[in-house]
Amino acid sequence: MADLTSSRIDHAAPARTHSGVSKAVLYKWLSWIIPALVVVLWEVAARTGVIASQVLPAPSSVLGTALDLARNGELAVHLGVSLLRAVAGFVIGGSIGLALGILVGFSPLAQALLDRSIQMVRAVPFLAMLPLVIVWFGVGEVAKIFLVSLAVLFPIYINTMLGIRQIDPKLMELAKVIGLNWTAVVRRIILPGAMPSILTGVRYALAHAWLALVIAETLATTKGIGFLAMDAREFLQTNVILLTIIIYAIIGVVADALVRFLEVRFLSWHANYAQGVHK
Amino acid sequence: MNASVALSRDADIPASSENRIGDFPLAVSVRGLQRRYGARVVIDALDLDIQKGEFVALLGESGCGKTTLLRALAGLDGPDAGQIRAPERPSVVFQEHRLLPWATLWENVALGHEATVGRAGAAHALAEVGLSGREDDWPRNLSGGQAQRVALARALVRDPALLLLDEPFAALDALTRIKMHRLVKELVARHQPGVLIVTHDIGVARLLAHRLMVMQGGEVVEAGLTDQVLDDPQHPYTQTLVSSVLPV
Repeated sequence: MADLTSSRIDHAAPARTHSGVSKAVLYKWLSWIIPALVVVLWEVAARTGVIASQVLPAPSSVLGTALDLARNGELAVHLGVSLLRAVAGFVIGGSIGLALGILVGFSPLAQALLDRSIQMVRAVPFLAMLPLVIVWFGVGEVAKIFLVSLAVLFPIYINTMLGIRQIDPKLMELAKVIGLNWTAVVRRIILPGAMPSILTGVRYALAHAWLALVIAETLATTKGIGFLAMDAREFLQTNVILLTIIIYAIIGVVADALVRFLEVRFLSWHANYAQGVHK
Repeated sequence: MNASVALSRDADIPASSENRIGDFPLAVSVRGLQRRYGARVVIDALDLDIQKGEFVALLGESGCGKTTLLRALAGLDGPDAGQIRAPERPSVVFQEHRLLPWATLWENVALGHEATVGRAGAAHALAEVGLSGREDDWPRNLSGGQAQRVALARALVRDPALLLLDEPFAALDALTRIKMHRLVKELVARHQPGVLIVTHDIGVARLLAHRLMVMQGGEVVEAGLTDQVLDDPQHPYTQTLVSSVLPV
């Protein structure tokens, strides 16, 4: 037994947790082992020539490219343009989705009038609209923002509507007994009650928005992360292509963190989101 | 029959008009109340008066129409016939606590009365139900009994003229229930609202109520002072109810 534990580090590690490091912290570190290992192996393989740099340049080379682009200011411009498109599309599509969701969630009449039509449009995969969007708007900014808006609209709409529908009717009855006026009902019961569902919608919407952005930016452009990738493809700059992929990934992670922050901020009352927040 | 037709005209008055007045010697007054669900008559020709400070229990088994009566008194459903004179906003404690999970305890207690009650008033009401210092806590951190106590604080914070209790202890364990009985008795003595408690528990009725009404099939079959009714039941249904309970 002693032999087994002393010869293997990973067996010894849990024992240490009893004296100091908490299990959660340990697992957090453990979760980084495989990604770190992959990067190291990749670097070694690229440097020793096992993988041709045309196929997959070394991580250090990608990092160098990133630093170069950052230094000459190109990275900031392209990133800024891409983010602007994403934000504009998100705000437009999100507002429309939220407004429609609230309307249909509240009013059976609005549901009768609007829901079927919205669901029909929703059935179309938004990327299938691409050729039509180009015919309508050309390949300029409008087309790109339209595509992102379209991608964002439906997840926000559906989840807002469902969130409002799922509010406990017993709480609405309570509001009636207490005599809350209409604005107080919306502010104190409907919006907070629908918030978990709305934020789920935001999370889906962000994922769709990136997808739309990636596709939209492959249309003829002169600025944006997508342009960077297309341009690099022309000149077979694999390290730039790789960099753009990583940037898209980082933007996705940041967006997800943003939603998580919103959840902690708005849903701290909810046991599932509290995360140690004990107000 | 003529009377019932005349009364049904009163039922057409919307609940918010003169038949729900604020300043009124009685906490609630009901004449010839009828409630229907479709064609089925759930309550028929029911009369009821409760004075301020008086504690009345409505006893009956599930489905006898007692919750229907309470909902009508709360203004949640209008009468199909007859007349209800009740304060504009009676306080109700439901079977479930119905706290807003996204509001802190003091926000729940002061809900709809933030301007008049405020945090201090809510804190005082919470202290009254034994939850002082918990103003900023979330409902999810409460036990069933504690949550029901917050609901009680929310009901009493505005000093209602009429307090309606819909089996508020039914879901609690026996020991918590006994503590709640004591608390309710104390608080009602202090705030002096007229109280109607709906229950199927004879023990609750005996402990808390001055007067008792026994309901069966939508009709009041027996009414009177609690001890009289329970010690000497006249109606066969009341006799069955009383004999089915072992002496405490």
